[in-house]
Amino acid sequence: MSSPHQIQLTVNGKTQQLSVRPWVSLLDALRHHLHLHGTKKGCDHGQCGACTVICDGERVLSCLNLAVMKDGSEITTIEGLGQPGNLHPLQEAFLEHDAYQCGYCTPGQICSGVALIEEGHATTREEVKELMSGNLCRCGANTNIIDAIMAVKDGAHE
Amino acid sequence: MNNFHYERVTDVDTAVAAATGAGNSYLGGGTNLIDLWKYDLAHPEKLVDLNGIDELKEVTELPDGGLRLGALVTNNKTAYHPTVQERYPLLSRTILAGATPQIRNAATNGGNLLQRTRCYYFYDAASPCNKRVPGSGCPAREGHNRLHAILGHSEACIATMPSDMCVALAALEATVRVRGPQGERHIPFADFHRLPGEKPELDNTLGEDELILSIDLPARGFADHHTYLKLRDRHSYAFAVVSVALGYELDGEGKITTARIALGGVAHKPWRVPAAEELLVGQAPSEDQFARAADALLEGASGFKHNTFKIDLAHRAIIRAGAMAHDPSCQRPGAKPSL
Repeated sequence: MSSPHQIQLTVNGKTQQLSVRPWVSLLDALRHHLHLHGTKKGCDHGQCGACTVICDGERVLSCLNLAVMKDGSEITTIEGLGQPGNLHPLQEAFLEHDAYQCGYCTPGQICSGVALIEEGHATTREEVKELMSGNLCRCGANTNIIDAIMAVKDGAHE
Repeated sequence: MNNFHYERVTDVDTAVAAATGAGNSYLGGGTNLIDLWKYDLAHPEKLVDLNGIDELKEVTELPDGGLRLGALVTNNKTAYHPTVQERYPLLSRTILAGATPQIRNAATNGGNLLQRTRCYYFYDAASPCNKRVPGSGCPAREGHNRLHAILGHSEACIATMPSDMCVALAALEATVRVRGPQGERHIPFADFHRLPGEKPELDNTLGEDELILSIDLPARGFADHHTYLKLRDRHSYAFAVVSVALGYELDGEGKITTARIALGGVAHKPWRVPAAEELLVGQAPSEDQFARAADALLEGASGFKHNTFKIDLAHRAIIRAGAMAHDPSCQRPGAKPSL
């Protein structure tokens, strides 16, 4: 059995040392080692986007990254974007636009949407839809999710 | 899923040395390899993580006017690179037609070339599959074969190469620069992927332990007239049923001087027929001319129960791509074709 690797992750601004086996995904490291349960395990195969986090400024799938690959990285999860009473503008917009039902895909949707706005590649609604195609919502709230992202992107929520 | 060892390297020579040995694999973005490992289809003894090799993360100008894309540059960084967008917009658009932003942020250029087929039977460890277990059989021939090959398939295998990016790289006549225990060599893109024949377990001609260093683009980028037309079963985040990467250059009289057409979703490698492209030289672009080229490109095509429609579909897609290439400005990512 391969010995554990000592790695350092800065998660939501807090630098932490972890001891992980090579095969532990970033997702499992966040959920099981750091007890950050906001990031969700949907398919665990990179198809649904529920595990999306922002790693060194880019949205990635935490299920398809090994934690050891991200040694030294800065990671933002849904817990780092906002908290009750101090929500991120996109979290506010999700409430306002009724952009979820069961809520399971929501942390991934919001991390993905925040990164999409930051990237600046999408101008039109069509382009936002295309660049949100990696986040599936089985409840079918997609229309409202795009509404929420458009509202924040266009400055309705500051 | 098996347990494995992990080693992070910071230079190419150490990487090649570390990967030498049965069961060792290079690890780039991991988007396909880690998934295959989770499905119990890949069983690495050791993963050699390349992400510390900074020299493979650069996009650099080449003296011949071409552009070198480092093997570890991500698909997204490549697609949005200003030089790629300006001089090789066909490549940029093609990359953005594949996968999702999250996957493209991790997937590397080298890894894109090495991704495995998405044949349903290859991915089902309980099924026979000649690509996964040579000699075990091919259930796709008589089974679900909608995404499968209509050109260049063999008795042993009818799988397709799933990459979008590679279809554009074939049309651009890129070169793959690799290094292995025997040193460095350059592989023309047309010779990188292979047809299945009797050895479907081999997707490409990369030697054992050879590492892709870069993908080198020649100067000609078809920036004025090009398109990537991808036809798929949903509007986004799906593999191509049929795709066409097409580019041409015109002379002062509006006649084609050089044309390239590569097809995706139809074979075990991006499908090109230089003789079909030659038919277009000296002609003004028109539906009839692209139909002639399509005839030549699809010569010998044969389908299976669920994919014979792709022969007609590919023919029409080539004609449509020819028309779309005339005005690439209508092809923003996410935009619907205006024709």
